[in-house]
Amino acid sequence: MRTELLTFATVKSVENMKILVCISKSPDTTSKIAFTDGNKQFDENGVQYIVNPYDEWYALVRGLELKETLGGNLTIITVGTAADEAVIRKALAIGADDAVRVDADAKDAYFTAMQIAEYAKTNAFDLILTGKETINYNGSQVGGMIAEALDLPFVSLATKLDITGTTARMEREIVGGLQVVEANLPLVVSCAKGMAEQRIPNMRGIMAARTKPLQVVAATAVEDLTTYVEYGLPAAKSAVKMIDPNNMDELVELLHNEAKVI
Amino acid sequence: MNILVYINTASNLAKSALEAVTYASKIGGSVSVVATGNADDTTLATLGEYGAQKVMIDRSASADDAQQVTRLVAKATEAVNADVVIFSHDLIAKAVAPRLSVRLKAGYISGAVAVPDMSNGFSCKVNVFSGKAFAQVAVNSAKKIISLLPNSIQPEKAGAACAVEAFDGAVGSAAIKVVDTKKPEGEIPLPEAELVVSAGRGMKGPENWGIVEDLAKALGAATACSRPVADIGWRPHHEHVGQTGVAIRPNLYIAAGISGAIQHLAGVNGSKVIVVINTDAEAPFFKAADYGVVGDVFDVLPKLTAAVKKFHAAQ
Ligand SMILES: Cc1cc2nc3c(=O)[nH]c(=O)nc-3n(C[C@H](O)[C@H](O)[C@H](O)COP(=O)(O)OP(=O)(O)OC[C@H]3O[C@@H](n4cnc5c(N)ncnc54)[C@H](O)[C@@H]3O)c2cc1C
Repeated sequence: MRTELLTFATVKSVENMKILVCISKSPDTTSKIAFTDGNKQFDENGVQYIVNPYDEWYALVRGLELKETLGGNLTIITVGTAADEAVIRKALAIGADDAVRVDADAKDAYFTAMQIAEYAKTNAFDLILTGKETINYNGSQVGGMIAEALDLPFVSLATKLDITGTTARMEREIVGGLQVVEANLPLVVSCAKGMAEQRIPNMRGIMAARTKPLQVVAATAVEDLTTYVEYGLPAAKSAVKMIDPNNMDELVELLHNEAKVI
Repeated sequence: MNILVYINTASNLAKSALEAVTYASKIGGSVSVVATGNADDTTLATLGEYGAQKVMIDRSASADDAQQVTRLVAKATEAVNADVVIFSHDLIAKAVAPRLSVRLKAGYISGAVAVPDMSNGFSCKVNVFSGKAFAQVAVNSAKKIISLLPNSIQPEKAGAACAVEAFDGAVGSAAIKVVDTKKPEGEIPLPEAELVVSAGRGMKGPENWGIVEDLAKALGAATACSRPVADIGWRPHHEHVGQTGVAIRPNLYIAAGISGAIQHLAGVNGSKVIVVINTDAEAPFFKAADYGVVGDVFDVLPKLTAAVKKFHAAQ
């Protein structure tokens, strides 16, 4: 007992850790994907927006767990319009302390990351968390871009994150395996499956979210590095060919001679 | 046009590295490669066969620290005056390419599936909405960065061996300390696999996965699974494919005992050929399949494995 106390007292720790979690909206996973305006715009008709699952399930929940054990404050930030406030309230209901909305349409990853970096520059966070990607643009870009803009280390696709003192220890996916790495705070981490378990907001959380602070800040001008020119849907599959379960030789023959994949 | 390709090497070259160099040479122009890792000069020189004019390697740099790799690639970009920088869209690119984009103020297209269209500006096709749609993304800046989705193009030999030179990337110190690395031997990394055998809740329990692994082994395929199977711990998380798991586009995807929910299909419908095995003839997956077998996995999988073995023996 005594030694435990002693080690605890000698570890230098971040006091009142400040955590920033980046939240994006994404269409509900069952949404029908369609486009309008000559395939130039995503058709939002009938689309329900949710908090991007990676942001919510892994980044936000792990951030909350760390805050709950180490103390501190957890802010969520999103780049979006007033219409996105429902998504912000959901994240507040799960447990974030306060929220920031950068008032602009999130045009592309670079624009989004530069807005978040701009806010973070004046607010010295110890830890910035993002999801590994959004399920609509799948870019895996925002976290790395924020890190470069702030000149901070970045660990991508982390599946575990623990903090002792001012050191973060993470597990992350690497090509063909897993790696355990350490880095000092402040740090940017993108979060993947394994980090935490989804939390369902309760009634108290939902009520509290209504009055939690939501600060709206103006966007800064950012160069337009990329443009989404046009969208399309994959070509429809031709009809399925059914094979007799007792004739697997035929399936192998078709995979070899017709499909040419083996 | 000057094109720079970044690759990380082990003792040999990954297929994804050959794809990236082939892709660069298809864009047209002078292709240079900047590399990390420990492949020897003879191995690196073979990149010339895929279209590289020269390879620059910094053996002091580690691919584990994204800031170091970013410094290295930025310096190489300057050295060859590159207009376009190409990565394979792997776990290193996901950490490095976004940093490089900010550093060079270069527009970044991640997960490209085709050669850029340069007829009107510079744009490239990518998958969006987790594979449910695609988009054409244009880069407006002078310098451009692309990461290529693995298995989008096949490596093609065109030239002869090229020069290899040492390159000092001035990578500085590492901010990330590696404590431990676990690389399961002999396993094929899922995102790069050409053949994949995947199974779902229809397998009833983790103890039954032997017949899935037997088929994968007979084919030389990687194994994958549906989300609930990973969530209940029957299989490791890195095997979970779909909208909230890994997105893959192998040549062949065999789905055994998977219903084919919209979130599962999102991550796998880029596969060239899909085979579905399910007891339920009404399972939604059959609508997305090329070949379908209505049958019990416990009966069909061993038969298919035997047929594959017979086929290989006859080849
Ligand atoms: C936000 C969100 C994100 C999601 N993301 C993903 C994702 O990324 N990936 C994913 O996979 N799912 C995802 N899901 C879950 C998805 O909706 C489905 O629940 C899941 O894919 C079903 O898995 P399954 O097909 O293994 O199981 P089930 O739906 O239970 O299907 C089992 C199938 O096996 C068949 N079967 C049973 N016994 C046998 C037998 N002996 N032989 C042959 N066939 C048999 C049955 O007919 C059935 O079709 C997500 C869901 C949500 C809400």
